[in-house]
Amino acid sequence: MMRDPRKAWLRAASLGIMMFLYLPIAVLVVYSFNAAKLSTAWQGLSLQWYALLARDHALLVALQNSLLIAAVSTAIATLLGVSAAVGIERLPWRRRTWLDGAFLLPLVMPEVMMGVALLLFFVLIKMPLGLLTVTIGHAVFNVPVVTMIVRARLRKLDPHLEEAARDLGATPWQAFRRVTLPLVRPSVIGAALLAFTVSLDDFVVTFFTAGPGATTLPLKVYSMIKTGISPEINALSAMLVVVSMALVGLSLVMQRTNEK
Amino acid sequence: MIRRSMGFRISHYHQITKSPKHAWLAAVLCVASLLACQPAPEDGRKPAPKAGQATLYYFTWSDYVGPELLEEFERQTGAKVVVDTFSSNEELLAKLQSGASGYDVIVPSDFMVAVMMKQGLLAELDPAKIPNAQQLVGALATLPVDPEHRFSVPYLWGTVGIGYDSSVIPTPPDSWAVLWDKRYEGKISMLNDQREVFGAVLRLMGQSMNSRDPAVIEAAKARLLEQKPLVKTYTSDHFDQLLASGEVVLAHGWGGPVARAMALKPSIKYIVPKEGATIWADCLVIPRTSRNKELAMQFINYLMDRDVAARTSERLLFASASRGAMALVAAGVQNNPAVYPDEAALGHLEWMLDVGDALRSYDRGWTELKMK
Repeated sequence: MMRDPRKAWLRAASLGIMMFLYLPIAVLVVYSFNAAKLSTAWQGLSLQWYALLARDHALLVALQNSLLIAAVSTAIATLLGVSAAVGIERLPWRRRTWLDGAFLLPLVMPEVMMGVALLLFFVLIKMPLGLLTVTIGHAVFNVPVVTMIVRARLRKLDPHLEEAARDLGATPWQAFRRVTLPLVRPSVIGAALLAFTVSLDDFVVTFFTAGPGATTLPLKVYSMIKTGISPEINALSAMLVVVSMALVGLSLVMQRTNEK
Repeated sequence: MIRRSMGFRISHYHQITKSPKHAWLAAVLCVASLLACQPAPEDGRKPAPKAGQATLYYFTWSDYVGPELLEEFERQTGAKVVVDTFSSNEELLAKLQSGASGYDVIVPSDFMVAVMMKQGLLAELDPAKIPNAQQLVGALATLPVDPEHRFSVPYLWGTVGIGYDSSVIPTPPDSWAVLWDKRYEGKISMLNDQREVFGAVLRLMGQSMNSRDPAVIEAAKARLLEQKPLVKTYTSDHFDQLLASGEVVLAHGWGGPVARAMALKPSIKYIVPKEGATIWADCLVIPRTSRNKELAMQFINYLMDRDVAARTSERLLFASASRGAMALVAAGVQNNPAVYPDEAALGHLEWMLDVGDALRSYDRGWTELKMK
C-alpha cells in the first residue's frame, strides 16, 4: 500500500520512540527467565529466579510493607483528594486559581525537595521514622494526583444535576452521596488505582521518610544491587512492571467509562 | 409532586448503590487480606510473638546476614529482629544524622566509624557483655580509628586487590602496574570509588594512600588520566559479573566479589599487589539513639560467635574478624587469598584514613578524571 511519505516517517518515529521506552523493560523481562546466574549470558529458559523470589523472606516482608503503605496512603489520599476536588470546584473563580497553584505545586516540585522537607518536618515534630511516616509521605504526594483527576471529571458534570437534587429535597450530603459521587466514581477509582501505583513505585520520598522496619520493595531492590545484579531482581522488577501496567491500564479504563 | 420525586429517587438510589457496595466490600476485603497476610510468612517458623517482646532493629548491607542465623538468635533470646538494608556508608550516615533513627545495631565501614565517632553518634560498648569480641584476628586487634574497640567491633574484613582471568593472563601479575598494561585495553574495570582508585595508584608510586601532599595527589591524577583510555568502566557493583562473563579480564576490587566470580569461572584469580593495598573492615556499632543497648550488645556477641561468624564468612566470602571462626571456615575459603589474605599480603596492607582538607584535592582530581 502506498501511503503519504510523511505518515510513514511519523510511523517510524513513533516506533522508534516506543522501542526507546519499552526495549529496556522487554530485555529486563526476558532475562528474568534466563537460566544463567550472569545477566549477560543467555543459557535457556528457567523459572528458578521466580522460585527463589517466592522463598526470599526479606523480599516478601518488603513487598508486604509496600502493599500496606500503598493501600493505606491511597485510602487517605482518596478521601482527602476527593473532598478537596469537590470543595475547590465549588469555590468562586478567583480563590480557585489560588488553590489551583497550591495543589499543583507538589506535582511539579522536585520529589527530592519534598522528601527532604518531609524528613525535616518529621524530625522537627520528633516523630520516629517508620511505616507511619512513609505512609504519610505517600499520602502527601498522592492527594494532588487524586484531586487533579477527580476535578477534571467534576468539571464536565452538569452543575444543575446537584442543584436539581437539592431542589427535590436532598440534603447537601445526600446530593453528594447519591448524585455527584456516583457520577464521578469511575474517576475516583481511576485516581485511587493511579495513586496506589505511584505509591508502590516511589523511591525518593520513601528513601527520606523510611525508618526501622519500613523497607519497601524499591528500597530493597536498590540495596540489593550493591551485592551484584542477580536475575532475582529482574524477576522481581518484571512482576512490578506487570502489576504497575495493569493498575495504570485499569485506572485509564475507569477514567474513560461514563465519558460519552 | 414531592412524593413522586421521592419515589423516583429511592428507586434510582438502589440502582446506583448496587455496584459501589460491591466495590467497598472488595476494598475492605483487600485491606483485610493484606492485614491478615502480615504475620503469615512468620507462622510456624518463629515463636509466636509474646506481649512486650523486645525488638532489635538491625541496619546492614544487603544480604549481609543469613535469615537462618537471625531465626536462631530469635529462638535463643525470644527477641524479634527487624532487618533493613542500606547500600552505602553515606546513606547510613545520612539516616543516622537525621536524628530520627531507631536502629540498634548498624554496620559502618572502618572510615565511617571514625566519622560517626567524631560526631558523637555512637554508644560506648561494654566489653564484658561482648566476650566474643575479645578474640580478634591479628590484623584487626587494633583498628586505627578505634584501637581499643570502645565503640566498634570489627565484623567482616578484607582487602582491595586485583581480580584477573588466568586463562587470558597466564603469568600471574604481582603489581598494580598491570592495570596500565596496554595489552588489556578496554578489558579493565576500576572501582567507582575515588579514594580506592587513588589509593591503588598512590601505592604504585610508592606513596601512602592517605597522602595529603597536593603535588603527590596531582601526580597520581596524571597517572589515572593516562590509564583512563584502557578502562572499560568504573564500577563498584558488578565487576564480579564482568569478570565472570569475560567482559573484563582485570578488575580492581574487593576480594569477596572476586571470590564469588571464581565460583562462576574457575580461571579467575586474585592478588594483593606487592606495593601494598587497602585493608578494610565493616564494624558492628550501636548508635547512641538505640533504645535497646543490652540486646544490641547481645546481638553483636552472637554475630561474633565463632560458629555464627564462620558461617557468615563462608556464605559472603569475606574474612571474619573472629580468630576462632577462621579455624572453622572450610579449607577452600580459608586458603582463598581473595577472602583471607596470606601472611605476605598482610605485611603491607594500609587502612584508609581521613585525609582532612586534602580530600578536596582528591575530589577535584576525581571529578576531572570522570569528566574527561
